[in-house]
Amino acid sequence: MFRVHHLIVKNQGFMDSQNNNPTSANKDVINTNPTITGAEIVIRCLNEEKVKFVFGYPGGAVLHIYDEIYKQNGFKHILVRHEQAAVHAADAYSRATGTVGVALVTSGPGATNAVTGIATAYMDSIPLVVISGQVPVPAIGLDAFQEVDMVGVTRPCVKHNFLVKDVKDIAATIKKAFYIAATGRPGPVVVDIPKDITAHLAEYIYPKTVEMRSYNPVLKGHSGQIKKAIKLLLEAKRPMIYTGGGLVLGDGSHELVKLARALNYPVTNTLMGLGGYPATDKQFVGMLGMHGSYEANMAMQNCDVLIAVGARFDDRVIGDPKDFLSKKRTIIHIDVDPSSISKRVKIDVPIVGHVQSVLSEMNELLAAENTSNDISAWWKQIDEWRGVKSMVYTNSDIVIKPQYVIEKLWEVTKGEAYVTSDVGQHQMWAAQYYKFDQPRRWINSGGLGTMGVGLPYAMGCQFADKNAQVACVTGEGSIQMNIQELSTCAQYGLPIKVIMLNNRYLGMVRQWQEFFYENRYSESYMDSLPDFVKLAESYGHVGMKITNPADVEGALKEAFAKKDKFVFMDFITDQDENVFPMIAAGKGLSEMVLKKDNKERHED
Amino acid sequence: MKHIISLLMENEAGALSRVAGLFSARGYNIESLTVAVTEDPTLSRMTIVTAGSDEVIEQIIKQLNKLVDVVKVLDLNDGKYIERELMLVKVKASTNFKDEMKRMCDIFRGRIIDVADNSYTIELTGSCSKLDAFLEAIDKTAILETVRTGASGIGRGDRILKI
Repeated sequence: MFRVHHLIVKNQGFMDSQNNNPTSANKDVINTNPTITGAEIVIRCLNEEKVKFVFGYPGGAVLHIYDEIYKQNGFKHILVRHEQAAVHAADAYSRATGTVGVALVTSGPGATNAVTGIATAYMDSIPLVVISGQVPVPAIGLDAFQEVDMVGVTRPCVKHNFLVKDVKDIAATIKKAFYIAATGRPGPVVVDIPKDITAHLAEYIYPKTVEMRSYNPVLKGHSGQIKKAIKLLLEAKRPMIYTGGGLVLGDGSHELVKLARALNYPVTNTLMGLGGYPATDKQFVGMLGMHGSYEANMAMQNCDVLIAVGARFDDRVIGDPKDFLSKKRTIIHIDVDPSSISKRVKIDVPIVGHVQSVLSEMNELLAAENTSNDISAWWKQIDEWRGVKSMVYTNSDIVIKPQYVIEKLWEVTKGEAYVTSDVGQHQMWAAQYYKFDQPRRWINSGGLGTMGVGLPYAMGCQFADKNAQVACVTGEGSIQMNIQELSTCAQYGLPIKVIMLNNRYLGMVRQWQEFFYENRYSESYMDSLPDFVKLAESYGHVGMKITNPADVEGALKEAFAKKDKFVFMDFITDQDENVFPMIAAGKGLSEMVLKKDNKERHED
Repeated sequence: MKHIISLLMENEAGALSRVAGLFSARGYNIESLTVAVTEDPTLSRMTIVTAGSDEVIEQIIKQLNKLVDVVKVLDLNDGKYIERELMLVKVKASTNFKDEMKRMCDIFRGRIIDVADNSYTIELTGSCSKLDAFLEAIDKTAILETVRTGASGIGRGDRILKI
């Protein structure tokens, strides 16, 4: 009580002396009001940021905030069944819309449950603001009930985090959190707010702008470097365009398509970058990397000028940097984050800047150049590699092939669905066989590889676009990691279609055990699975079990025809199917292993 | 190769742990780290002594710059600089050793700042290698205790790290 009183008095005396800290948001005010509680300030800030959905779960430390949520009618709060799912759903909402996702969790276990979601978003550079409750300031550090050092716990997996210890700092901190999350290389920002702070009173002042002397993300690329890049690209004999998640996040897809078409150069996307360039376009050579196409990996390995756009040469793309560098090529790298450049692979022409702005400048330069570069010999070579048909699989009329399900899913949804996936074999098949023609449609955990994201990701997508077709491609292992969200989907009537490729194995684990552990399938078999049809029905959803290949297409059509129903499709698939092609971890791009059927055609 | 990195950061709670956490999370070597507030109370200045290949140092600088609280980073090894470290050494100073210890202390321009019946406490300032050399030069069995601050660094002449 003393504290509250003290603050009221202090506020009256310090109405206009908010900013003596040079890093705080500047003095422009857009609203002044009598004093309100910290909780109400939080709500008003979120509405000021035009937040449409807050995914969360209440608890002791955030009760004041939840009371204000009850009273307001701005954003809609989505009650999940586990905090991890709240963060994943906010993450997918952000991936689908390009706006900042927002999650709200309580202190202690609520906060730690959110950590997997935060780390997932961090690895894929997704802008999030996660507000966590904290025990009251006087209790911090005393091992209070439901206390965890959230700022300490999340430090390695956030772009930045804050502990707000004064009600007067709430608004400016939330403003900064949104700004930091969305600008530069995006990422999650945690704002930890002790319970007593949400009860204290302060004037509501939401800053219009943020100025931070320590944080100034680069926007425009260096024009000299851009000119150099264009020159190199036009002189290339075997050019290659390699784009990643950064292109999608930086909304640079349109400019990239323009550039690639003007040059008529081959394009490959990373797992995170799918949809950045239309997959049905003839210049697209497929995804590259560990389970990428033969032509994409061979072109990557053998090109003489490589331009990387918002991609980071990670270990799933370049397994062995030494092997990659053993072939001479000039590399141009556009990235908003300087630390992504020359991290694993040395770069010749680094361009630090926002991908959209850099690509648009390149397009202007290219148009002015008005020259073209004939690379027909290189295309001939690429077409030869394409001839290997590394993605061809042998279909069966006895057992359902997982690849076939994805192909049919693509046909039935006309390639327009939001496809979320969990992590494992099904994720790779979805990436390989669903041809994404638009960015922000393929939603998966590429960096952290978090099993259990699929269903909450689908929720986030469905909230982002309520009329869209949303398919969650999953496995019977992954789905059970967040299966409780079937309940959330029922509460909000989300017409998601779950495409579960059920092979009764943790497929990717089993595949590695087959290849590298002499078929010792240690703990990778899934016994005692529930009856997923009944489980879905128990939540009021539609359940379908499909065991016959002949029924796959019909079942998918039937499911997607149910426009207002959540349909859980349990596809009983081939237990022995493996993901090919494959480059073993740590191996070079030319050390691809192809499926048996096209192994004899494997060159190099 | 050994590098001395100087940086200015917001003088805020947790800023130090962000830097320390970065080094441990990314497996960078940290030989010493010193930090204190500057003449501007909103800023702290940190000196980090680290070692690594050119590529690793380049990444360290980039990763430090990426921290939201970090205002400015300077690799002192990119130019001329001065490095100083303070060391306090408590040594045995029994009758037989007293003169020898005093002599060594003078040679290294140290000062005896505390005298007890059987020990001297010596204060020594200099580059890290000078402090190492002193410890090498004196009789190791005489050393009772050492404490070092870690290096502080500053650019020579016009090389100024300021915002």
